[in-house]
Amino acid sequence: MFSAQQSCWFVRKVICWRAAASIAWAVLLLPPTTAAFIILSRFSILHPFQWISECLSLLTSASAIFSFILLGGVIIIVGFLNLEYYTVIPNIACSKIALLGQLLHPRQFLSSLVHCIMGIIVAWCCAVTIGGRYETLGYPCVESDGSPEMCLNEYHLVLLLAGAFVGFSHSLLGVIHNMNYVSFHTVQRYKYLRFKGSLPLVVKCSATQALYSVRNYIVIYFFLGYIPKTWMCKTLNLHLNSSLHSLDTIAGLLDLCLIYHLWISATFLLFTWYITLVLFRIFVTEVYSFPVQSSFTEDSHQCLPKVITEKQPMILKFLALQDLALLSQHAPLRRSEVFSLSQPGGHPHNWNAISKECLSLLSDLTQRLIVYHDTVATNGRAKPLSTGSERKTSSDTSGDDPFTPKSTPLMKTPASVFTRSVVGGPQSPLTAPFTPDLDSPFASPALRRLTAPVGQCSPWHDTVQSPHIMRRGPKLWSTSTDSHVNGSPQLSPASVPSPKQEVSKPSLLAQFLQNRKEQVKNFLAKRVLIMYLFNKLPEASSQALFADSQAHIWALEGLSYLVQASFSEDRFGVVQTTLPSILSSMLVLQEAVDRHFKLPHASSKPVRSSGTMGDCHYKTLRFALRATLKTAIYRITTTFGDHLSTVQMSAEHRKRLQQFLEYKE
Amino acid sequence: MCSLALFPPPLPSGHTTLCESNNELLSGVNYIFFPQDSSLLSLYFPRESLKLHSRTESSSKAAFLDHSETLWMRSAAAWRDGGFTGLLNEITNSHTEVPKWLSVSSGCTLALLQWVSSFHGSLFPHLTLSSEDMIAEFSQVLNWPDCVVRAFAWHPHTDKFAVALLDDSIKIYNPKSATTPTLKHRLQRSVAAVQWKPLCASALAVACQNCLLVWHVDPCSLSTRPSSGCAQVLSHPGHSPVTSIAWSPSGSLLVSASPMDTAMMVWDVAAENCVPLQRVGGGGVTFLSWSPDGSHVLASTPSLLFRVWETRMWTCERWPCVKGRCQSGCWSPDGSRLLFTVQGETVIYALTFTDAPGKVYTAAAVVADLSETTFNTQDGDITVGGEIQSLAWDPKGERLAVLLKGLVQLIAVFKTRTSPIFELLPCGFVQGEPGAEPRLMQFHPNFQHGALLTVIFTGSISIDPGKSPGSLYRSHR
Repeated sequence: MFSAQQSCWFVRKVICWRAAASIAWAVLLLPPTTAAFIILSRFSILHPFQWISECLSLLTSASAIFSFILLGGVIIIVGFLNLEYYTVIPNIACSKIALLGQLLHPRQFLSSLVHCIMGIIVAWCCAVTIGGRYETLGYPCVESDGSPEMCLNEYHLVLLLAGAFVGFSHSLLGVIHNMNYVSFHTVQRYKYLRFKGSLPLVVKCSATQALYSVRNYIVIYFFLGYIPKTWMCKTLNLHLNSSLHSLDTIAGLLDLCLIYHLWISATFLLFTWYITLVLFRIFVTEVYSFPVQSSFTEDSHQCLPKVITEKQPMILKFLALQDLALLSQHAPLRRSEVFSLSQPGGHPHNWNAISKECLSLLSDLTQRLIVYHDTVATNGRAKPLSTGSERKTSSDTSGDDPFTPKSTPLMKTPASVFTRSVVGGPQSPLTAPFTPDLDSPFASPALRRLTAPVGQCSPWHDTVQSPHIMRRGPKLWSTSTDSHVNGSPQLSPASVPSPKQEVSKPSLLAQFLQNRKEQVKNFLAKRVLIMYLFNKLPEASSQALFADSQAHIWALEGLSYLVQASFSEDRFGVVQTTLPSILSSMLVLQEAVDRHFKLPHASSKPVRSSGTMGDCHYKTLRFALRATLKTAIYRITTTFGDHLSTVQMSAEHRKRLQQFLEYKE
Repeated sequence: MCSLALFPPPLPSGHTTLCESNNELLSGVNYIFFPQDSSLLSLYFPRESLKLHSRTESSSKAAFLDHSETLWMRSAAAWRDGGFTGLLNEITNSHTEVPKWLSVSSGCTLALLQWVSSFHGSLFPHLTLSSEDMIAEFSQVLNWPDCVVRAFAWHPHTDKFAVALLDDSIKIYNPKSATTPTLKHRLQRSVAAVQWKPLCASALAVACQNCLLVWHVDPCSLSTRPSSGCAQVLSHPGHSPVTSIAWSPSGSLLVSASPMDTAMMVWDVAAENCVPLQRVGGGGVTFLSWSPDGSHVLASTPSLLFRVWETRMWTCERWPCVKGRCQSGCWSPDGSRLLFTVQGETVIYALTFTDAPGKVYTAAAVVADLSETTFNTQDGDITVGGEIQSLAWDPKGERLAVLLKGLVQLIAVFKTRTSPIFELLPCGFVQGEPGAEPRLMQFHPNFQHGALLTVIFTGSISIDPGKSPGSLYRSHR
């Protein structure tokens, strides 16, 4: 199932082992969880001794061992799915329709199916463990005419279907709440303590989630319960016992004991799966210490300066950046390796590689913000009137104004995020149908430039300093969208491969189609349901813009701490050469971030949702980035103080820096 | 070991300590003596000018006519206001309307709960205090409920400071601007501590009765009343009242402590989420102090125990005390040495932290004895000394100020020396105007010419400029 990732040494050697360790712990935690489940499910206050002895005998029975093996298998599959589906950059659906698209994606469908089947397996184990009336699917009964027959045990069926339903809703909620998103914590703690700290939350979440799921399940079973019942009877040639009343009636479902057993089974199921998820998150986000330089050349690809520039597995880049942020803060010895010169030649290769990558990350974000700001109208909505999903619009926006043949400058900032994550291999292929089609004639070159590898854009980054010039960037491109694309001297190499499609674009037919499309869109915009589905969720585009900002936060921290340390530790002055570009890129980013936060919805705080296992860390990343950026600039200005006056920079930046030196920002 | 007997006697009454020069604390009868460059700033907050809250939150009930509500309504209101115990109380009290078994059983449950909580309270007596009393008990301010200035904080990089007053407002003074913003917020009650965020111009954290507020006061703004939208509210269930806060020196994290909560919260302020650091024992956390190098955090508890956390992986060392709880503590500028005082004892202890492995200290060393000493002055015998309220070490590590609780409330100032061995040397007593008693003190974190001690006397702030200007002192020697 994993193909592209397999090739990377890091995934092979570290991530897989971490996942395996987390699964092993989850399996080891299964016996105590099951024991607790047995004790709670057979709870009877009137016969305490009988209750305890029954539980003990059940725990040692052969069926319990078999259940353990089955449950262990389920945990392993869940853990494997976690490893397969996790992502460090969340998938943010910018409209309802995008969310729907994510839910209906084949890959997601597969995951839902697997969760369903595993839910049934867990529910079967629960049924066997609870015993009594739940134990088997069929039981011998006597028909009205006196002949012995096998009848359908509806209690068993209800429990199995509940397992399937809970598994299914778990996988759906996983998409809605971004449960596959793995966030990194600012507070480092040992794995055991982190696990212990998150245990109450897991218990609370699984209990409440089970309650909601069971409620929904009961409602659905009340209306549609007869379908699986008759189907089971037909296929397995079982009969319905007419002497018992059936369960899809109000009287049948209002059985408190049944509801309790459904709830406790659902809680057990969710608890084991959540535990697996939590353990996976804890293990995978553990700090990994990369060597800064290695004395052996064959290990050089595992060193921090090399690893930090890689794009392939996102997790590798994130862990490398996290390691950079930590080493710059806490490890003087490793810092000195960063500042060191190469032995023959005396070049600061380590520092150059690290600072270049960090700066390119920052300027990438700056550009993204500027392009986004340019395309967003002042009222905070994207210009097209009914923009579909954020990603879908990127191919639609060109039809915004039917009377202008030129396409408006387009941005689709999140597009760059999403294309990046798509590039990242099977980590987030869910976005595939909603990512802009790069070869489509509607896709703007601006977008293409964004999605191009950062390295290729570097001349652009280096030459442009002022945000005013940069702001002009996308407009420049959009004017050159027409036939004279090739004549544009500043053409980014990324847009070269597709000039033919560009040329064919403004044909009559295309214009006609565009006008039609616009009419259809206007028509649809008046329909409430369509508007509901296609309207952008407020804030979501802002969240999507900063979806991978954890990397930028670490880059800022790493750079600023290294620069701070260089004041006393950098013997060769390697940092001095890059200090002007570090300062200017931070200031440019600061300006772009400030401007972004002036947009409506950008500075509104997200609603705290404490009751879910989904990590909402990504919702506040933009605030964290803003705070980190300011602190990073202050860290440099407080360290260097008046020495900064000798650093070369533009007058505008100097003015801005003076504000920081006087503590007026 | 240094003791108070080695100190020069306190000043005669009527004299006010002004500054240290040439190894002596100089005094004056009135404020004429000040050197040119250090302009004196003395603020006076008369108690009468502050509008105090005359009503408490629940007393507004009396203004309305009593009317009968259904049991359901009352139960719901009781659940909302008083939680589970409130609900039980309501059911027990309205025994005429509910079935007998329900009122009896809720009465029994209530009694059981009260018994359990009283048992818990006997283990940790501080839990029975009201939240105001608790703040008063554990605050670093001497006589907190009565003090007009309840908290004070210098900005770590500039010359501005924030003062929290008795009427729950906070004023920000900046010598470079004419406006003094006043911060008021609905949730800003019983302020126990304020602290500015390092490496930031605007963020001010405030420890309140029910939550933690982080104000963002734009230094360029001309507004005198920033709206409450400028404040972030950080709260966590069970984490109130907050009695102590500490920013990490790198400005990234904020820790907060409450005597009611055994967990210490580590806040990622921008993201508004927190990580509770829970440890068994202690019954709460009362006082926090982050070492200037950012490597350790001192967290004292209401019982005979304090912890020192290291901030890489957030593990802690337990340090049991013998006599009382840890009252106050301060770190040396390099973060290698911790001085702390214990309630019920009159000595200062020192603990040393080194990175070198194998050097484990099992006990703290006594570095100063501040037991009662009688001085013979021209006004008669004066007895000085006793328990210690708070400690402050200046950012350069040259002076240590100790706020003494005893009969005569004074500030004793020590000179500190780290080589060849760590030593405290006597310097002198700091005294205010006649009748003014010191309540709170803090060193200016960014004063270039020595150590600048700020003392809050009853009702006013006096900034002692050039209180021991270290450079001056050295040049005169």
